[in-house]
Amino acid sequence: MTRLKEPHPHPGLLIVVEGIDGSGKTTQAHLLKSWLESRGEAVFFTEWNSSELVKKATRAGKKSATLTPLTFSLMHATDFADRHLYQIVPPLKAGMIVIADRYAYTAFARDEARGVHPEWLRNTYSFATRPDVALYFRVSTDVALERLSSARAKIKYYEAGMDMRLSADIAESFGIFQSRVVSHYDRLCDEYGLTTIDATRTIPDQQAIVRDVVLARLRERRRGGAA
Amino acid sequence: MRTISFHGAAPEYLTGIPMAGRLIVVEGTDGVGRSTHVVNLRQWLEVSGHAVVETGWTRSKLVGRTIDKAKSGHMLSPLTYTLLYACDFADRLEKEIIPALRAGYVVLADRYIYTALARCSVRGMETDWLARLFAFAPVPDLVLYLRLDAPALARRVLLSSGIDYWEAGKDMFPQMDIYDSFVAYQSRILEQFDAMCGERSFQTVDARKPIEQVQEELRSAVARLLCE
Repeated sequence: MTRLKEPHPHPGLLIVVEGIDGSGKTTQAHLLKSWLESRGEAVFFTEWNSSELVKKATRAGKKSATLTPLTFSLMHATDFADRHLYQIVPPLKAGMIVIADRYAYTAFARDEARGVHPEWLRNTYSFATRPDVALYFRVSTDVALERLSSARAKIKYYEAGMDMRLSADIAESFGIFQSRVVSHYDRLCDEYGLTTIDATRTIPDQQAIVRDVVLARLRERRRGGAA
Repeated sequence: MRTISFHGAAPEYLTGIPMAGRLIVVEGTDGVGRSTHVVNLRQWLEVSGHAVVETGWTRSKLVGRTIDKAKSGHMLSPLTYTLLYACDFADRLEKEIIPALRAGYVVLADRYIYTALARCSVRGMETDWLARLFAFAPVPDLVLYLRLDAPALARRVLLSSGIDYWEAGKDMFPQMDIYDSFVAYQSRILEQFDAMCGERSFQTVDARKPIEQVQEELRSAVARLLCE
């Protein structure tokens, strides 16, 4: 299986947003969805870790802090496989636009930062459809931490990489762990051709770039379809 | 001291772990009598002074119940079926198998990744992809493969609990009746096991023999390993 490296055959368009927690990618994905819908497009939104199949088991594992890097990785792969089957491929076949909040690249960056083998990760996720647009919202861990702290009360255990025993202080652990994730993301940008967006710019500025990239791809697609 | 060796790429934090115990796998199809033999082996090992930890397929705390539920609800595709098996195995590996091997136990595994390789491969998953997925599994010290042909398996299963949907591989052969489906499915599984048997030096035990004799053969293979 090498689908992640080859263009997909479906009439729909797959758009992926990536970035660490606090990068603002979800906000950008929602703005993109509203805009596309206002243009009359049928948009399907799917987010990481949301399939009914393993949601409860993953939550229980996270809550009791019993997930290891390997089981953490495999639970998310199962979630993704289930959503890929039911939520990603069917709308693409139906000619819809699918926006995925996080994709296989999240697993590549985050799980490798936890010590999971990079080639094993690529094999495991090789069934994934290659996105038409993959946007990476790049931000420093300091900025991300500041955003997260103002938005919600507590940083989550696994998000901070507390399972890695990097520091007893959750903010410090977040900084160390997510910096590793960022360095893996940077490498993925070359490997998979992700489009990097400076996520420290204003929300409207970033959104304007997002819309330009997506519009160009849509036009290309329509031209390709007419030819 | 020996360290745990893996089939292929394992997470870096699992490599180089010392292994004082032994990993013994009992493999074979549904209905071949695996679980009975595991119980008997365990008793015999404990009587002879070995501490034993048993681990069974889909019995992990993490996803054991998820798998039961998903199987009964028929929510699974071959891909999610495979990945859930991998989750289950990984959880038991890190919570049961590796700690026990470190501490010098004999680990008795009732089924191992070979069951996953066989079942998922007959459901259309690529063998190379499967082998890489399960590459984080330690190489067992001994694999005892209990073998019985499909019609004989069917007779045994019918006399005990009856043939169920998954044992019959009904997801693969919905048009067949339950007996035909069972024989067709288990025959394909047997082909997979037989192929692995050659590649991976399983010790095949003919399960047509009386149960006491089969157990005797299993014990002598285990005894040879523990004498090494």
